[in-house]
Amino acid sequence: MLEIKNLHVKLEEEDKQILKGVDLTVDAGKVHAIMGPNGSGKSTLSYVLSGRDGYEVTEGSASLGGEDLLEMEPEERAAAGVFLAFQYPVEIPGVGNMTFLRTAVNAQRKARGEDELSATDFLKEVRAKAKALKIDADMLKRPVNVGFSGGEKKRNEILQMAMLEPKMCILDETDSGLDVDAMKLVAEGVNALRDEGRGFLVITHYQRLLDHIKPDVVHIMAEGRIVKSGGPELALEVENNGYADILAEVN
Amino acid sequence: MALPQAKQTVTEERLATLTMPDAGCTKKAREAALARLRQMGLPGRRDEYWKYTRPDTLTSAEAPTAALFQTDEPTMFHEFDRLKIVFIDGVFSPEESDELSLEGVTIDRLEDICGKDIHWAKELYGVLEANGQTPVQRPLAALNTAYASDGVAIHVTGKPSKPISLIYRHASETSDAILHHVVRVESDAEVTILENGPAASRFNKCMEIDIADGGALHHIRAQGRDHQRRAATHMFTRMGTESVYKSFTLTVNGVLTRNEQVIELTGDDAVAHVAGACVGDGEFHHDDTVFVTHDAVNCESRQVFKKVLRNGATGVFQGKILVKEGAQKTDGYQISQSLLLDEDSQFLAKPELEIYADDVACSHGSTSGAIDETALFYLRSRGVPTREATDMLTLAFLAEAVQEIEDDALAEVIVTRLQDWLARRH
Ligand SMILES: Nc1ncnc2c1ncn2[C@@H]1O[C@H](COP(=O)(O)OP(=O)(O)OP(=O)(O)O)[C@@H](O)[C@H]1O
Ligand SMILES: [Mg+2]
Repeated sequence: MLEIKNLHVKLEEEDKQILKGVDLTVDAGKVHAIMGPNGSGKSTLSYVLSGRDGYEVTEGSASLGGEDLLEMEPEERAAAGVFLAFQYPVEIPGVGNMTFLRTAVNAQRKARGEDELSATDFLKEVRAKAKALKIDADMLKRPVNVGFSGGEKKRNEILQMAMLEPKMCILDETDSGLDVDAMKLVAEGVNALRDEGRGFLVITHYQRLLDHIKPDVVHIMAEGRIVKSGGPELALEVENNGYADILAEVN
Repeated sequence: MALPQAKQTVTEERLATLTMPDAGCTKKAREAALARLRQMGLPGRRDEYWKYTRPDTLTSAEAPTAALFQTDEPTMFHEFDRLKIVFIDGVFSPEESDELSLEGVTIDRLEDICGKDIHWAKELYGVLEANGQTPVQRPLAALNTAYASDGVAIHVTGKPSKPISLIYRHASETSDAILHHVVRVESDAEVTILENGPAASRFNKCMEIDIADGGALHHIRAQGRDHQRRAATHMFTRMGTESVYKSFTLTVNGVLTRNEQVIELTGDDAVAHVAGACVGDGEFHHDDTVFVTHDAVNCESRQVFKKVLRNGATGVFQGKILVKEGAQKTDGYQISQSLLLDEDSQFLAKPELEIYADDVACSHGSTSGAIDETALFYLRSRGVPTREATDMLTLAFLAEAVQEIEDDALAEVIVTRLQDWLARRH
């Protein structure tokens, strides 16, 4: 479903190459995890896939279901099914969380030629999904992420994902900042969305999250490349021994 | 000191086009105002207080013409139960207005106050304006006092059940209107005054507001959407002990608007909030000039002004908090912010604090910036198209000012107007 080929990305503003030939294919129904040292380019990859400004693709391609993602605006990618749970969710003062969610859901439906969700249907759905993530009514009313704790922001990302039902879910360190219970809630939220038509790319530093969200494939990213791929056992190896051995082996 | 020749010429040329109404009991006040005006002269480009706003089209002998705004959109506040007082090109229209009677308030036309022996109005007319001439001169307000051709005296003695709504229609492309209102809110009385409409091609409006101890005035104003209209308005407010004054102004379009608010907190524990939201395109020039004087103990003042500027529009904010000696425990706050939707637009701000008391908490801030790119990307990454996302962030920016309006229903009509503007501009 998601197909990334030989992706090279540099910063637009400076001459700094960050991704140096990423190859990655995520099939529908699969969960892929990406691990890798700080600064290896994991977030950059997620931003480039979702269309953030400031990066220049110098080589390679990325497509979703055969459609060229790199040609699309961020909102078109979203409508096509890309969703990024941000490593650092953005605070938007003055925009209510609920208004934001509803606008997003309806904008995507509209872009896909579907009818807008009625106010009552929307409310029903949000309430149910928020409840499952232990997001209270007050958080839904407040401005987007403003004054939310780190963990609340992450749960709010998962709520958006649950409402938008994307095809390709990219989670960038959604586990960081979560307490043990919140981690379980988030994992349950993710697992509830797992189905045959949906792919996941889970960026994480820790095995913990992968205990709850069982990955099919684990990749190690280093210096802008996927340097090793394997099964779930690869994550355990990282957890136990760090990256030194793996990096030594590939160099 | 003699006036510079150029200033004198401008002033006399303007005065030559005006005739003082046969004013009976306000005659003295008008003549005094005229004398003040002759001494000050009309504002010119070199005046410090007019550094950011060109006064020439406000002072010229003839008003520049202004086309009428064509729209099918309903007029402001139309769905509210209110007492309507209508002026067409600055002339009171008895036919269009409601009967001027409402429990808790007495309303008279300015020209009737002498015959009816309405003392408070005679004693207020021109007085707050004259006070407001120091430390900064406001010649257009003196001109207004001298030559106002119409207006109302609103005496609030209770808590009227509905707002008093001043509606200013613009009917002629060459109209040049001067209106002067006086408002007295008695102790523990409370009223909401609404104002809306472009009024005229050129509009000079002055309102003098005297709020007695414990009185409260809520003021919501929406200036007309006619692109070419010009307006210079002054609100002079004197506030007694524990009185409350809350004012919000919405400005959508208008080639030139200068809104001056002069507030004097003379009684302890008084609260004054002034806020404004303006949105404009292209030739739009909008100037908020605010002067708050704290002259009593434990008063609170708050200024919140937000401007959205686009296509070369200009926004100006000159705001001052003056805390006089002895005005201890003053809580003064001021924020002015602009959102520039492109690089051609500009915001000029002059925030000032002048404090002569030692136990006060005053703060001010001014910012100018573009749409937050990170927030914009976040919204777009959720599927919200750029245009809609920009509109959401624009409204969010204005929200802080709109939130100053206490009445939710009124706040909602303001938001609707802002949304109309956002929709229209694409
Ligand atoms: N806008 C930018 N300006 C300058 N450097 C950048 C920018 N974006 C990314 N980088 C650099 O690119 C490299 C990759 O960053 P990225 O955020 O993708 O790493 P990461 O793998 O997500 O790291 P972490 O595990 O710490 O989140 C880093 O060296 C980072 O400093
Ligand atoms: Mg990262």
